[in-house]
Amino acid sequence: MREVLELLERDSKLTAKELAEQAGLDEKDVERFIGEMEARSIIKRYKTVIDWEKYGDDSVYAIIEVQLNPERNVGYDAVAARISKFPEVVTCMLVSGDHDLHLVIKGKTMKEVAFFVAEKIAPLSQVTHTATHFMLRSYKQEGEIMFEKEEDTRLVIHP
Amino acid sequence: MKIAKKVIELPSSGIRKYFDIASTIKDVISLGVGEPDFITPWRVREASIYGMEKGRTTYTSNWGLLELRELISKYTYEGTGVDYGPKDEILVTTGVSEGIDLAVRAITDPGDEILVVEPSYVSYKPCVIMAGGKPVPVTTTLDNEFKVRREDIEKKITPRTTAIIINYPNNPTGSIMTRKDLEEVADVAVEHDLMVISDEVYEKLTYEGKHSSMAALNGMRDNTIHLNGFSKAFAMTGWRLGYACGNSEIIEAMMKIHQYTMLCAPITAQMGAIEALKSGQQDMLDMVKEYNRRRRVIVRGFNALGMRCFEPKGAFYSFPSIKSTGLTSEEFSERLLYDQGVVTVPGSVFGESGAGHLRCSYCASMEDIKEALARIGRFLDKLKQEQAPTIRNKTRQ
Repeated sequence: MREVLELLERDSKLTAKELAEQAGLDEKDVERFIGEMEARSIIKRYKTVIDWEKYGDDSVYAIIEVQLNPERNVGYDAVAARISKFPEVVTCMLVSGDHDLHLVIKGKTMKEVAFFVAEKIAPLSQVTHTATHFMLRSYKQEGEIMFEKEEDTRLVIHP
Repeated sequence: MKIAKKVIELPSSGIRKYFDIASTIKDVISLGVGEPDFITPWRVREASIYGMEKGRTTYTSNWGLLELRELISKYTYEGTGVDYGPKDEILVTTGVSEGIDLAVRAITDPGDEILVVEPSYVSYKPCVIMAGGKPVPVTTTLDNEFKVRREDIEKKITPRTTAIIINYPNNPTGSIMTRKDLEEVADVAVEHDLMVISDEVYEKLTYEGKHSSMAALNGMRDNTIHLNGFSKAFAMTGWRLGYACGNSEIIEAMMKIHQYTMLCAPITAQMGAIEALKSGQQDMLDMVKEYNRRRRVIVRGFNALGMRCFEPKGAFYSFPSIKSTGLTSEEFSERLLYDQGVVTVPGSVFGESGAGHLRCSYCASMEDIKEALARIGRFLDKLKQEQAPTIRNKTRQ
């Protein structure tokens, strides 16, 4: 059944019938399994990778490195949960190295992102330092290469 | 100008014609391709590029780079359980194609008969002819899922028979042979003192159980030339890199021909292959998983269309029967191509016992496979409509 999740992660539009066929499983079992995975929130949601830049959208993305003072009992979790609730925060993860939280922020303009960090993140009492890196170009996103794909140059049949 | 008689008499590949037709048709979907649609894993390409940057552009030992042979030794042991010494029991070749030629030439004297299990890859017979031997087809059948049996072989043995060429997982049928199935071949080989040339290039593309290797059978290590390569498992067809394993006497004999004709396999490809064996296993497993998904879809698709298709458990081919349509496999392939723009290879190209079948490769995207199945369905409907009135006329008579 793991294979069903792998297939869905790559293409969430596959139907239960297609999934069953490809993974060599029974369609009813696949339906039941997906229902269970959704109920247990193992399947969080079905999303689409979009090349917004190509579409003409000029959203601004930034990576924010956040240094924190951990809190007694809850460590980093409480402040991370608080930060994660802002819709501007696309990704929030605890990382090893010279900072603690790694955020990806989405905004309409650089100014908007900068003010969001200055007003909502930096002032938090647990936050000791932030560094903002604006994204200039995305080459690979969610496992998807964002530039020209390599062409299929095989002969249709070998003479 | 003089062309050698042997070459003039060599039949040309029956596939050429379909290639020429396909190039005149728009929007073609090909199930005719015998190579992965994946591009060589990036880490392998990158390693080869790095090698070039570092000036690794020379000849190598005739045997191939020792580091590569050591890795092949380990990889073969893990895959088959047979231990070959990297120094004198492994020869790196320019594709399995060269391996076949070397193996056949190393053991064939004029007039020797070599059994070729059919349906078979198209190069075995010509290689035997060019080596001065006589190829003798051994036929297999759909009812036995194209596995070769003891009695099929024994029927064709004469005092001049010296060897047998087998290829499982099989091109064109997708058939595999279990250890128990192979025992039959091994028994005949031992009884009649035959060499077995075992082309196992599709080894890693085995979808049920683990691949069984001829050389792993009792008493077979020294009578088997194990041929394998990187093309199929690591999507490295254009690199032209394979290898032969066997006892040192036979490998030495093959090396002798190789050193005068090829000198060595290209170092750029050998550099890539080292990386493939060191760290390309996961890439390979991911590709195998994807082939397996497509395999399920295509086999189910053919059976749903009423084309009898046994379950191919290896390689990346399905071999549905088209006998119920009353057309020959050549007629079917040609008409399907003109009518629906789907390329397939008629089974008869691979020997008489392939007649009445099509070789359909599933080295195509899932969308293409589904679209090809839909088009084949439309073609079958058309055929039925054409054939229906004749049947009615017959009943009236």
